[in-house]
Amino acid sequence: MEAAKTHALPDPEAVKQAMLEKFPAKVAKKRAKQIVVNRAPDAAGRVPEIHANARTSPGVITQRGCTYAGCKGVILGPVRDILTITHGPVGCGFYSWLTRRNQTRTQGPDDVNYMPYALMTDMQEEDIVFGGEKKLRQAVREAYETFRPQAIALCATCPVGLIGDDIHAVAREMKEELGINVFAFSCEGYKGVSQSAGHHIANNQVFKHVVGLDDTTPEGEYRINILGEYNIGGDAFEIERLLEKCGITLVASFSGNATYEQFARAHTADLNAIMCHRSINYMGDMMEKKFGVPWIKVNFIGAQATAKSLRRIAQYFEDPELLARVEQVIAEELPEVERAAAEVRPRTAGKRAMLFVGGSRAHHYQELFRELGMETVAAGYEFGHRDDYEGRAVLPSVKVDADSRNIEELEVEPDPARFRPRTGPEKAARLGAGGLSFAEYQGMMAEMAEKTLVIDDISHHETEVLLKKYRPHIFCAGIKEKYAVQKWGIPLKQLHSYDYGGPYAGFRGAANFYRDIDRMVNSRVWTYVTPPWEAEEAPEAKAVYACG
Amino acid sequence: MLLRHTPAEIQERSALTINPAKTCQPIGAMYAALGIHRCFPHSHGSQGCCAYHRSMLTRHYKEPIMAGTSSFTEGASVFGGMANLTQAVDAIFHLYEPDVIAVHTTCLSETIGDDIPQIVSSARDAGKIPEGRHVIHANTPSYVGSHVTGFAAMTKAMVDYFAEPGREKGSGVNIIPGYVEPADMAEIQRLARALGVEAVVFPDTSGVLDAPQTGRHEFYPRGGVTLEALRSTGARRATLALGSTASSPAARALEAKCGVPALQLDLPIGLLATDQFVDALRRTAGVAVPEAVSVERGQLLDLITDMEQYLHGRSVAVAGDPDQVVALTGFLVSLGMRPAHVVTGTPGKEVERRVRELAAGAPGPVNVKAGGDLFLFHQWIKQEPVDLIIGNTYCKYIARDEDIPLVRHGFPVLDRIGHVAFPTVGYRGAMRLLEKILDALLDRQDRDAPEESFELVM
Ligand code: SF4
Ligand code: SF4
Repeated sequence: MEAAKTHALPDPEAVKQAMLEKFPAKVAKKRAKQIVVNRAPDAAGRVPEIHANARTSPGVITQRGCTYAGCKGVILGPVRDILTITHGPVGCGFYSWLTRRNQTRTQGPDDVNYMPYALMTDMQEEDIVFGGEKKLRQAVREAYETFRPQAIALCATCPVGLIGDDIHAVAREMKEELGINVFAFSCEGYKGVSQSAGHHIANNQVFKHVVGLDDTTPEGEYRINILGEYNIGGDAFEIERLLEKCGITLVASFSGNATYEQFARAHTADLNAIMCHRSINYMGDMMEKKFGVPWIKVNFIGAQATAKSLRRIAQYFEDPELLARVEQVIAEELPEVERAAAEVRPRTAGKRAMLFVGGSRAHHYQELFRELGMETVAAGYEFGHRDDYEGRAVLPSVKVDADSRNIEELEVEPDPARFRPRTGPEKAARLGAGGLSFAEYQGMMAEMAEKTLVIDDISHHETEVLLKKYRPHIFCAGIKEKYAVQKWGIPLKQLHSYDYGGPYAGFRGAANFYRDIDRMVNSRVWTYVTPPWEAEEAPEAKAVYACG
Repeated sequence: MLLRHTPAEIQERSALTINPAKTCQPIGAMYAALGIHRCFPHSHGSQGCCAYHRSMLTRHYKEPIMAGTSSFTEGASVFGGMANLTQAVDAIFHLYEPDVIAVHTTCLSETIGDDIPQIVSSARDAGKIPEGRHVIHANTPSYVGSHVTGFAAMTKAMVDYFAEPGREKGSGVNIIPGYVEPADMAEIQRLARALGVEAVVFPDTSGVLDAPQTGRHEFYPRGGVTLEALRSTGARRATLALGSTASSPAARALEAKCGVPALQLDLPIGLLATDQFVDALRRTAGVAVPEAVSVERGQLLDLITDMEQYLHGRSVAVAGDPDQVVALTGFLVSLGMRPAHVVTGTPGKEVERRVRELAAGAPGPVNVKAGGDLFLFHQWIKQEPVDLIIGNTYCKYIARDEDIPLVRHGFPVLDRIGHVAFPTVGYRGAMRLLEKILDALLDRQDRDAPEESFELVM
C-alpha cells in the first residue's frame, strides 16, 4: 500500500476512455456524457455539464434502486408512528424491513414504534388477476384492529400500478371508515429512473396529507425543521443534541427520528435547514410557497461544516444572544474533534478517497475527508440530478424528460390562514449581504478539485477501472459494491448504512468518522493478502534440502 | 419491547401479512443461478427488485453478488420489456462475458406477460448472443410461492436447458442439494466422495459465495457446476433430490426429460435424515459406506448421548424455509426435544403434514403453519413460551422481547457469520448444529443459575 501513496494520478481523460471502450457503442455514447472531468468554476461560476437523472442502460450493473425504495425506505422509513402497509407481493415489503438502520428514540416503553414491523398485502396470483383493492381494504382494517394507529400509509409496488388498483381511493374510503388519517403513495418501482422519484412522491403526499394539520406551536424562540436527515447510525440524535445545546427548537425532522405529530406541526417553524438536497428540496420549496417558511442549505457532516451550519442558522435569527450561544457551543465542542483529527491525520493525510453514493452524501463526506487531509479523486451520485452536481443555478435549463414528467408536481398556493412570510425583502437583502442566501445550493462539482472525475450512476465496470487505475485507499459506496471492492484489497466504507457504525454527523460524529477511517485505511489485514510462499521467488530445490 | 404492539391474542387475518417468514421468488432464482460456473443472473423487471435481491444476498453471504437488471421504467411497463432485455443481453455479453445468462422474471414482467424464450430467440437471430453462449430463463412471478420456489424454478431451468438424455446410464448420480448454504453443498459433495460416488451437484454455490480473499475480484469465481456437468445429468443412474420444495421440480423434470429416476429425500439435517441420504447414496450407486463415514455418525451420536439430559423435553420454536423446518423437526425429535411451534412462510399443506408426522414422536403437541408469518409465530410463543428459538436473523427481535435463546439458522442471517463457511448438513453439520443448540441452552442456564448452583462441569 505504501507504493500506492506516491502513485501519480492517472490522466482522467484516459481513464474515461478506458471505461468507455468495453460498452456497446450506443451505451458508450450515453455514458460519455455522464462521466465528466471536473474543472474549477469559471468566472460566471459555471462547472462542466453532466448528464444525470437519466435511465440506466439495461444489463449494466448499477448501484441504483427504485422509486418504492426511495419513498418507503428513505422518507417514510424513519417515521416511527405512521403504520406503513406495502401493497404488493411479499418481496418489496420484506427487503425494506429494518434494512436502512433508521434509529429512533421513543420516550418510554409504551410509546408507539412500528419500525420493527413489516406490513404488506403479500399479493397472490388471484389478486393480480382480479385486482387487489379488496385485499388492501381488508388489510387496512386488520392493521387498524391490531395496532390502532393514528395514521396509515399505503405504498404501491410495481404490479399495483400495472393492474390499476386505485390505492388513493382505498385510502380515502378507509380514512372515512376508520376515522384516522390514511393516505397513499403511488411509488411503483418503475415510475422513475432511481430512488429519486420516490423521494419526490413521498414529499408530495406527506406535504399534502400531513404537514399543516396541527397549529400547536412548540415553545422556543428559534424554531427550525431539519430536512433530509434520516438518522442513520444516530446522526439525527447528535444534531438534536447540538441544537438543544444552542437553544434552538427542533420542530420537525424529515424524517430521522420523526413522528407524525412533528410533520403535522412542521409549518410552525421559522426556518427549514436542508441536509440532503436531493431527497427533499421539494418539501423546502413547497413549504415556502404554502406557509412562507424559507429554506437554507446546511451540512452537518464534518466539524467545520457543522460549525458553519450552526452559525448560518443563528445568523438567520439575527439575535446576538443566540449567535453568542452558538459560538460558545462551537468553542466547547471543537477542540475535542480537532484533537481527534490531529491524532489521526499523520496516518491519513495524502491518501485518496472515492465516493459514489446517494444524492448528497457523496458531496458532504468530502468535508470529512478534507479534515483528514485526504483527497477525493472521484465522486458521483447514485440518483442525483444536474442541480446536485452543478448547483441550482442550472435548474431553468434542466430538461424535463418523460420519466420526470411522470411524477406529479403539486400546485402549491399560499395557505390563506397559515401563510406567514418569515423574512421580507429587507431581511432577505440584509442576510444576503451577510452571505446567507435562501434556496441556494452550489452543488458538488464547485467544491471538487480540477481534474477529478465526476461520474453519475457509476457502473460496476467503471468502478473496476477506477480501482485499477487509481488504487484509492478507500472507496465509499453501498453494500452491493462492498465486497467486490474489498476483494481487490481496498477497504470500502458504506455510506448508506455506515457499516453499522456511526453517528458521523456533528462534532462527535466527525471524531467517530476520523477514527473509523484511520482504522480502515491503515488496517493491517490488507497486508496479509499475499501469503508468504507467494511473496518471494520459491527457494531453489537444493536450499530446501540444505540441512539434509 | 421492540415488538411492543404484538398482542398474545390471535386475531384472524385474511389479508394482512405482518413480518413475513419468506420473501419473493426472484431472489431464490438469483441465488440458484450463481451456482452455475460463469453464469450471470439477470433480473427482468425494474431495477429495484435486482437492487433489493443483490443487497439481501450480499448481506447474508458477505460476498459480491453480480447481477443485471432490465431497468424497466414506465415505457417498458406499457410496451413490454423486449427492447430492454435485448439491450441487456447485448450489454452483458460485451461487459461481463459470461457463458450463461440466467434470466428470471419479476412480478412486473410477469404481469405484462413478457415471453422470455421468444425475446431471447430474436436476440439470437439479431446476433446479440455470441456463438457457444447461452441464455436460460425461469418464470418467477413474486405473487406465487416464495424465494424457495424461485430457487426450485431456476434449478429446474438448468435441467430444461442443459440436461441431455444419454443412451446409456453412467455410474454416477445427480444430487440436487436444495436451498442450502455453500458450505452445505460442499459437505454434500464431500460425503458423496467419501462413499466413492461420482456426483454432479447442482446448483453448487460452493466456491462462488465463499470465495477467498486474494487481492483480486474474480467476476466468476472457481466454483459452480459446469455446463458440461449439467449436460451429463441426463445420463446418470439416479437423482437424489434433497428437500422436496426446492429440489423436486428439477428432479421430476430430469426424470421426464431423460428418464433418470428421481429419489425424493429430506434435507440431510440431523442424524436420521443424514442416515437416509447416505443409505440412498449407497444403494443407488451400489457402494459400501466406508468406515470413516460410520465414525462421523458415531461421533455425532456420542455427542447426543453425552448431553442428552440438557436436551430432553426442551421445547423449541422453529421458523424457516419449508424443507429446512421439516428436516429440523426430525432432528429435534431425535434429540428428545419438542418442536412446539413451526412456521414457514412458503404455502403448502404437504409441509404441515410432514412436520406433524415427524413431531408425532415428540413429548407434546406441535403448532404448525405453512404460509404463516413471524407475527403469528411470535403470538404462538407468547401464548406458550419455549426454551429455544431456531430461525433467521429477524427472529432476534422476538428472542430479545421474550428473553429466549436463539440459534440463527436459515435465510437470511444478517448479523452473524459462519453459516456460509460451516455446514449444518451431514453428520458433521449436525454436530455443529447440536453445538449451537447446546451453547444457547447452557449459556442460558449459566446466566440464570443462582450462585449456589452455578456449576463448573456441565
Ligand atoms: S417488485 Fe416483485 S420481484 Fe420486485 S422485489 Fe418486489 S416483490 Fe420482489
Ligand atoms: S445520501 Fe442518499 S439515501 Fe441518503 S439521504 Fe441522501 S439521497 Fe438519501
